[in-house]
Amino acid sequence: MFAITLLNLSIDDDTLQLPIDTGLRVQSQSMNEDRTIKNPQLEFRLYAGRLLFTFLVVLIMAGVLLWRYYHLQVVSHENFVTLSDRNRVLVEPLPPTRGLIYDRNGVLLADNRPSFNLSIVKERAGDIDGLLAELDKLIGITDAEKERFFKQLARRRRPYEPVPLKLNLDEREQGILAVNEYRLSGMDVTVQLLRYYPFGPELAHVLGYVGRINDQEIQELDPVRYSGTLVVGKTGLEKYYEDQLLGEVGYQTVETNARGRVMRQLDRTDPSPGQDLQLYLDSRLQHVAYESLGGERGAVVAIEVATGGVLAMASAPSFDANEFVTGIGTDSYNALLNSPDRPLFDRVLQGQYPPGSTVKPIYGIAALQSGTISQDYRIYDPGFYRLKNDKRKYRDWKKGGHGSKIYLQDAIIQSCDTFFYDVGVKMTVDTLSLYGTRFGLGQKTGLDMPSERAGIMPSRAWKRAAKGVAWYPGDTVNTSIGQGFTLATPIQLAVATSRIASRGEIRVPQLVRKQHGVPPPAGIIKVSENNWNYVHQAMQEVVHGLRGTAKVINKGLAYHIAGKTGTAQVIGIKQDEEYDAALVAKRNRDHALFIAFAPVENPRIAVSVLVENGEHGSSTAAPLARKLIDAYMEYYPESLPVESPDESR
Amino acid sequence: MSQGDFVRRMGSGGSAIYGAPNQWQRLHLDLPLLLLLLVLAGVGLFILYSASGQSLYYVNHQLVNYGVGFSVMIATAQLPPRLLDRWAFLPYCGGVLLLVAVLLFGVGAKGAQRWLEVGGFRFQPSEILKAAVPLMLASYLGQRSLPPRFKHVLSALVFIAIPPVLVILQPDLGTAILIAASGFFVLFLSGLGKRYLFSAVLAATAVLPLMWYYVLHDYQRQRILTMFDPQADKLGSGWNIIQSTIAIGSGGTQGKGWMLGTQSQLDFLPESHTDFIIAVLAEEFGLIGVTLLMGLYLLIMVRCIIICLRAQSMFGRLLAGSITLTFFVYVFVNMGMVSGILPVVGVPLPLVSYGGTSIVTLMLGFGMLTSVSTEKKRSS
Repeated sequence: MFAITLLNLSIDDDTLQLPIDTGLRVQSQSMNEDRTIKNPQLEFRLYAGRLLFTFLVVLIMAGVLLWRYYHLQVVSHENFVTLSDRNRVLVEPLPPTRGLIYDRNGVLLADNRPSFNLSIVKERAGDIDGLLAELDKLIGITDAEKERFFKQLARRRRPYEPVPLKLNLDEREQGILAVNEYRLSGMDVTVQLLRYYPFGPELAHVLGYVGRINDQEIQELDPVRYSGTLVVGKTGLEKYYEDQLLGEVGYQTVETNARGRVMRQLDRTDPSPGQDLQLYLDSRLQHVAYESLGGERGAVVAIEVATGGVLAMASAPSFDANEFVTGIGTDSYNALLNSPDRPLFDRVLQGQYPPGSTVKPIYGIAALQSGTISQDYRIYDPGFYRLKNDKRKYRDWKKGGHGSKIYLQDAIIQSCDTFFYDVGVKMTVDTLSLYGTRFGLGQKTGLDMPSERAGIMPSRAWKRAAKGVAWYPGDTVNTSIGQGFTLATPIQLAVATSRIASRGEIRVPQLVRKQHGVPPPAGIIKVSENNWNYVHQAMQEVVHGLRGTAKVINKGLAYHIAGKTGTAQVIGIKQDEEYDAALVAKRNRDHALFIAFAPVENPRIAVSVLVENGEHGSSTAAPLARKLIDAYMEYYPESLPVESPDESR
Repeated sequence: MSQGDFVRRMGSGGSAIYGAPNQWQRLHLDLPLLLLLLVLAGVGLFILYSASGQSLYYVNHQLVNYGVGFSVMIATAQLPPRLLDRWAFLPYCGGVLLLVAVLLFGVGAKGAQRWLEVGGFRFQPSEILKAAVPLMLASYLGQRSLPPRFKHVLSALVFIAIPPVLVILQPDLGTAILIAASGFFVLFLSGLGKRYLFSAVLAATAVLPLMWYYVLHDYQRQRILTMFDPQADKLGSGWNIIQSTIAIGSGGTQGKGWMLGTQSQLDFLPESHTDFIIAVLAEEFGLIGVTLLMGLYLLIMVRCIIICLRAQSMFGRLLAGSITLTFFVYVFVNMGMVSGILPVVGVPLPLVSYGGTSIVTLMLGFGMLTSVSTEKKRSS
């Protein structure tokens, strides 16, 4: 009621004052001046009415404000609480520390090292191009780094999140940046653990490397497990054991301020670091193996006979895996990719070569064990072999032949091709294939590495499937000396050698030790002891005998090595054509091969060596094996110090 | 302490005030108003401590601001209204001259020229006009018979128009509107006829679209557009409003607690210790806090209106009325803009926001109000 009275007062004032107004005006005119006689009572009523009216308006406006605050704070309260929490609470992934890789003696092969990275916070930088130009002037920014930076900048990210520009700053660069920091707004140097491979090229093919997760991998990887993780294993053990090495991601819930800076931690789930890996590999032997190849292209593999563990596995030439961790430049990468020496190519697992005469011990065992021949079987070697009803001469490597009374042992020691042509044809390709497969040819060895190739152990079925034609007797002749269609990788040859050495124990080669002690073999190749002794003796004579093809390496040997040389033809030699090494370009020369195990009496190490275009297994490949076995015998004079190297860390 | 003691003490205390030789009586003070303002200042410091991120620097400086403000208030209160009436043209003319000087020699920032620098001391002459314009108009109209006649209305309009036009040129639209409003309040309270009011509304409706295109600057237009759709420019001018409404809304009924407001403590809320301080209060003390503060402001309003109604002269009534209403306009505009129902103009929350200029200007007004309230004592 009071309010209505007030309103009436204020609204009616015009009508109220009208007569008085006129009266006053008359008076003022008569007095001829502006100042009129006032009517204080009326004026006060007028004023009070207006004042109380405005106060009413004030109350209404206050009501409007309170309604607005009520609406925000009570009606929409829940909604704003959510917005406020989303503002301040941020779930940050905590990337796990990648598992380390040790050799069998606890020597660190893959380490995590703090790396100083230069990042840019776009929001604080303002002029990005200007900043990049300035940084380029100071420490040099490559185009590849710029390209990667802008690519990542374009991806979805939260405000004030630093985007890496240059990884792994050296001390000089850190210094330059520290001095100039005050004028480089938006620049951020952070520390992060980054993979480091202390052995560089020596182990690049074995360990492989980690690299930045690329666009394609982002699609395939579990986004939760990899949140916060920048790198993924790309090749080698890093790829094969990615799951174990990665670890489990942790989280922290943090409160951030408006500029994205973390103010306080609300809660935290620690990441669990990835598993460490312990290898069978001995870094000292790896060094010997890699160094022994010198400037040659080739591969050296050593396997511990008792366990199937890989002691050394070198492929040359190699590359420095550390370059890939921080992101290799396009130019350097193309140089590696296009080099005729193919340094990125792992010859141990992916190089498929004709094994040549190195298969002779296997086929010798096959001939004896299958009953095709006895140890007394002997031939006369005129220097060539002829199939029945065929004029074609299959030549022995030795012009004029090895002469009469060639037994199987002689054939292995002197690497007599004619003998194996004859015996091979006698036992047929089926027996060759059966035994070759038992010793691991033509199939992946199952080594714990990605991208292993299977090679080829030819058979009738294989030829029909692969070539679409029937098996010819001539194919058997070529196969019987490891030529023709036969292809094997150096790791397969090492595995086969290890099976010979262990007298038939089938073991899957392993790089990573998963358990202590010696697991039982996966199977046994059934061959009589007598036949094993016979073949071992023949292989020992290859090195130690007067007529052995590898006798060059027996000087000063304090123990016995059993071996077999091999030569793999790169180009086909036509009928009746002589192979003249001098006339053939280096790249077309034969590959040199050598397999060996030692000591013969109690074999502990099996080795295979391949030197591309090395011509003769005896002169080029065998000395490498000797060096490696010498080193092994020096480091491990007693048998099998395999037990619990974990404590040595 | 027994109740008897308490009463005795109160009694003796009271007699000490009233029985003391006339120092206190001679001092012109309006105790209820002074007490309410002191409470408001106390509340202000309390919120500022949290809003500034527990900064004693801001609290200490604000204490100095309050000190200067209350001194100005008490000093102004000692001036008799008659004196204010007689010399009212002086601050007005001086202020207008200074505004001209600002346009000629002023300094400023962000494209606006608002400050005068004399001997290293900077001040904003437009602030003077906030007190000088109502003073001038109250003086002019208080001498006339009311309601004012046409030619007096016309002269009054000219007096009102000159300072805001000069301030718009700086440009500072918010202050210009506040100055004009304080003048219009005098005119309205003086009993301006309904026809004038009606035509004023019509004129305003006609002028507003023209203002939009010819007077408003781009950033001002942007601010008004932002009010309607703050999401359109999330990181630009919409940011403040989005963050302040989140702060207010997430406070709920009871608030998150003193110094526990995440929006303000984590710097999401911009200008949290100056223009947007009400959002801090709303976040940390909830709707209860906002209502209590609004209640305090309304209590001050009630006391001011009592002073208005008790005033001895029409000059006093008009002056006091205008100051009272302008004070509320500050409260309304500030709380309105922070909660997103008014465009963002730089109006601080009276006596709570950090900043000396606004406090001193407001206290100058309350000083004049006190002077008016004690007019009776003076004449007796």
